[in-house]
Amino acid sequence: MDWGALHTILGGVNKHSTSIGKIWLTVLFIFRIMILVVAAERVWGDEQDDFVCNTLQPGCRNVCYDHFFPISHIRLWALQLIFVSTPALLVAMHVAYRRHEKKRQFRKGDQKCEFKDIEEIRKQRFRIEGSLWWTYTSSIFFRLVFEAVFMYAFYFMYDGFRMPRLMKCSAWPCPNTVDCFVSRPTEKTVFTIFMIAVSSICILLNVAELCYLLAKFFLRRSKNAGNSKQQPNHENKEETKQNEMNELISDSCQNTVIGFTS
Amino acid sequence: MSWVFLRDLLSGVNKYSTGIGRIWVAVVFLFRLLLYVAAAENIWKHEHDEFECNIKQPGCENVCFDHFFPVSHIRFWALQLIMVSTPSLLVIFHVAYRENREKHHNQKLYKNPGKIDGGLLCTYLISLILKTGLEIFFLVLFYKLYNGFKIPHLVKCDIKPCPSTVDCYISKPTEKMIFLCFLVATSCLCIVLNLSELSYLMFKYSIKCYLKRHVQKQQ
Repeated sequence: MDWGALHTILGGVNKHSTSIGKIWLTVLFIFRIMILVVAAERVWGDEQDDFVCNTLQPGCRNVCYDHFFPISHIRLWALQLIFVSTPALLVAMHVAYRRHEKKRQFRKGDQKCEFKDIEEIRKQRFRIEGSLWWTYTSSIFFRLVFEAVFMYAFYFMYDGFRMPRLMKCSAWPCPNTVDCFVSRPTEKTVFTIFMIAVSSICILLNVAELCYLLAKFFLRRSKNAGNSKQQPNHENKEETKQNEMNELISDSCQNTVIGFTS
Repeated sequence: MSWVFLRDLLSGVNKYSTGIGRIWVAVVFLFRLLLYVAAAENIWKHEHDEFECNIKQPGCENVCFDHFFPVSHIRFWALQLIMVSTPSLLVIFHVAYRENREKHHNQKLYKNPGKIDGGLLCTYLISLILKTGLEIFFLVLFYKLYNGFKIPHLVKCDIKPCPSTVDCYISKPTEKMIFLCFLVATSCLCIVLNLSELSYLMFKYSIKCYLKRHVQKQQ
C-alpha cells in the first residue's frame, strides 16, 4: 500500500472528471506526489540526525527538535495529499453504485436498459448531471477546504513558509538559551515554497472547476426552462453545435496514456 | 510511485514523436533518468554527513553546507528531469482530444489522430520550444548557483557561528565532477536534439505548404 495504490484508485475517477479535473489530477501526481517521493523525502531524510545544538547536555537536542518541529513538513504534506485525494472516492463510490444499479436492471431483463452486455456497463462513462453532479461538486468543495486548512495549519505551525538557519532554544533540560542549527535550511525553504505554490495552483484549478460546474448547471436549467416554453422538439442548430463543443472539451483527455483509465 | 511514473509517461510520448523525438526519449531515459537512479543518487546520498569542516564548533558545518549547497545538485537534476519531460504531456492530451472527437462523431475525422499535422503540429512545436527553454533555464540557473560547472575539493567558510575562516572538505569531489560533466553534456545533447527536431519539422512543413500552394497555382 503506497502512493501507487492511490494512483490506481484516482485513475478510475479520472474517467468521469471534467477536463479541469484531469489537469488537477496530473498536477497532483507529477508536481506533488512525485516531487515528494523523489526529492523532498531525501531533503528531510536527515533532519533529526543533523539537527545540531551548541551544547553537550544530553536530551537538550531531542527536546529542542521536538519543540520546533511538532510534525515534520514531509509528514504534513503526505497527510495533506491523502486528505485532498480522498473526496474523489465519493465520486468513485457514486459511480460504482450507479453501475451496480444498471447491472441489476440488465440482469432483471429490464426493457428500459439500453446496454447490450455487462462489459458495456462496466466501461460506460457517466455524465456529470443529476445526483452525480451534487456528489462531484461536494467533493471539489471538500478538496478546497482541506487544501486551505492544511496550508493555514502549515503557516500557523511554522510561522511562515521559511526555514530559519538558527533557532534559539531554552526548553528544559537545556541549561540556558542554546543555539540550534537546522540542516539544509535553504533547500528546505525552496521545496516548501515549491509545494506551497503547487498547492495554490491546485486550489485555483479547483475553484475554476467549481465555477465551470455551477455555470454548466445554471445554463442547463435556463435551457430547459427555455425549451419547455418553445415547441418540444425544436432543435437549434447553433445550440447543438455549442453543446457538442462543450462536451468535447469536457470529454477530452479521456484515454491519455498516463494510465488514467479504469 | 517514483521514477516509474516518468518512465511510463516517456513511453507514451514515444508513440507520437518523430524519429529525432524518439532519440530524445532514448537519451533522456538511458543517459539521464537511468544514470540518475542507478549511479548519481548514491554518490550524493551522504553528502551532508561526509561534509567535514576543520572545526569542532557545533553548527558551523550545518551553516557552511547550507551556504555552499543551497539546493543539492541531485535535487536540482531531479526537478530538471521532471520539468523537461512534462511539456510532452501537451501532445498526449491533444492526441487524446482528437481520438475522443472521432469517437464522438462516430466517423473518421483524421487520417491518423497521431499524425503530426495541423493543430497537433502547433502543439508539438510549442512542446519542443518549452522543453528547450526549460533545459537552457536549468543549465543557466545551475551555472549561476554554483559559480560554474565545477565542484571544488575545499571551500573556505566564515559564516557565524564559525569563529573564523574555516576549511571545509566536500566528499567525493572528483566522482561528482565526472557525473556533473556527464549530465551537463547530455543536457546539451538534448537541447541540440530538440533544436534539430524543431528545424526539421519547420522545414518539412514549409516545403509541404509551398508545394501545395505551387500545385494550387498551377491548377
